[in-house]
Amino acid sequence: MRLLPPPRTAAALVAAGFRRWATYRQAALAGAFTNTVFGVVKVSVLLGVAAAAGGSVAGYDRLELSTYTWLSQGLIGVVHVFGWTEVAERVRSGDIAIDLARPLDLQVAWLLQDLGRAAYATGVRFVVPLAVGALFFGLRVPGSVWTLPLFVVSTVLAVVVSFGCRLLVNLCAFWLLDVRGLVTFYVLTSTLLMGMIVPVPLFPTWLRVLAYATPFPAIVQAPVDVATERLSGLDALALVASQLGWAALVLVLGRIVLARATRRLVVQGG
Amino acid sequence: MTGAVIEVEELRRDFVVRRSAGRLRRERHVVAAVDGVSFSVPGGQTVGYIGANGAGKSTTIKLLTGILVPTSGRVRVCGLDPVRQRRDLARRIGVVFGQRSALWWDLPLGDSFRILAAIHRLPAAAAHQRLEECVEILDMAAFLATPVRQLSLGQRMRGEVTAALLHSPELLVLDEPTIGLDVVTKQRLRSFLRTSQERYGTTVLLTTHDLPDIERLSDRILVLDRGRLVFDGDLAGLVARVGAERVLVVDLAQPGPALDDVPGTSLRSVEADGMRQQLAFRAQDTSAAAVVAAVTSRAELTDLTIREPHIEDVVQRLYVTSQRS
Repeated sequence: MRLLPPPRTAAALVAAGFRRWATYRQAALAGAFTNTVFGVVKVSVLLGVAAAAGGSVAGYDRLELSTYTWLSQGLIGVVHVFGWTEVAERVRSGDIAIDLARPLDLQVAWLLQDLGRAAYATGVRFVVPLAVGALFFGLRVPGSVWTLPLFVVSTVLAVVVSFGCRLLVNLCAFWLLDVRGLVTFYVLTSTLLMGMIVPVPLFPTWLRVLAYATPFPAIVQAPVDVATERLSGLDALALVASQLGWAALVLVLGRIVLARATRRLVVQGG
Repeated sequence: MTGAVIEVEELRRDFVVRRSAGRLRRERHVVAAVDGVSFSVPGGQTVGYIGANGAGKSTTIKLLTGILVPTSGRVRVCGLDPVRQRRDLARRIGVVFGQRSALWWDLPLGDSFRILAAIHRLPAAAAHQRLEECVEILDMAAFLATPVRQLSLGQRMRGEVTAALLHSPELLVLDEPTIGLDVVTKQRLRSFLRTSQERYGTTVLLTTHDLPDIERLSDRILVLDRGRLVFDGDLAGLVARVGAERVLVVDLAQPGPALDDVPGTSLRSVEADGMRQQLAFRAQDTSAAAVVAAVTSRAELTDLTIREPHIEDVVQRLYVTSQRS
């Protein structure tokens, strides 16, 4: 059985994801505004910490802390950090039956639609905080011409890893039906371990080790490290390769869980 | 005849139901939603699949479409194993779940059709032609640009049926397609289904609580009761099986005596001094022509009507008789 649909089908699914989210422009703008406001708070705290530590902290100077902050705030919408329960809702309501009655691989179809969503989020949720950051706090300009294309690849992989993790949480609905508690737990732990609240290199050693044993740093810390050139050359490529590894792992795990879930499926509500 | 589109043999699906028994203990019950059902549907047939709530209709549909895994038994749809070849099968069948939506809620209706055409890998020209046809017959041009979430139920249902037919499926499965629709919309949907079935020879399996759907659309009726198939045949056969009665209402030219001696009938009522009388008879005992002839030999007729047994009554009788047995 072919896993990937032909290009036209894939493009239609990506476009469907894009257009669905593009319907709610005000919501996207409100999200961008919130991310920006919290960015101001976050960057102020981090700059305060750096000042107290004598100008730099864990190898981050003021400009790098600002760049980290605005990139990570911009990525919130793109990698969709907070509470995505669409698949869980479909399981809960039984609408999953519709998805199963289509000639599509569920995981691939959802992933393609999520990529479309991420593309739309890039236009609003990423651009707005970054523009504000650049205007009022300053951003570090990459030194290498390869940084930008590598950052794009790294961000796409970040979306895939994030999607893989979110899908796994959602698939628990096949067993639990109500995943709200699980989602809250997931959002709390994953945002910390992604390096969304403070950069992972600022963590105490034990927490840093723990974080890097999870796929979460591949979602935010990795693309930010690529963009800020904390790693460069082969090291940066190795980082992106590790994201690819995490993406493969969470997707394969998702397939196994999905296969088990559909075997035991009870479609809710008649 | 293209061979059997649906083949089901001794199909069974159990569900485990956990009930609380006491404070902490939970009892485990196995309930058979579909319990040893066998039938086969040849190509081009329209089959009405009826039964009370919880009889196992929707479960059967999920088993046929590969959404649920059977506990035991054999299912073949379009020659495929629904569970193992679910995606291949999905290309060849169309499903409408009356209580769910296959459309993209946030997007204009037309967008859903475009996405579905791409999902089913339809050549642009074929998809366009098919869509034009549906849009015209179902009168959807006015709301193709409206987001699905803003459509009325009737408009959305027309969209759902179109979505299921876009890829010209061999088998169309309709799970309560007319639920909640008004009379006019129901009528329009029925005639559309009939036309598309005649034109393309689509095999149709239809579950419904709306019995006129069955009367208008089905060549054959399957009645399911608590997971078991209790009837398989046509409407006339179902009527004969439960002994439902047809009623001949005669208006006579002059007041006359009660017509209580017509063979094979029983007199239901005498009104207006015998000017209007109602005679009930069963299809297997006598024919309408014989009864009319017998009445005209006794009195002068001015008008007559035949009331067919209402399918609600027929099915209700069937449920009652199968519960007794």
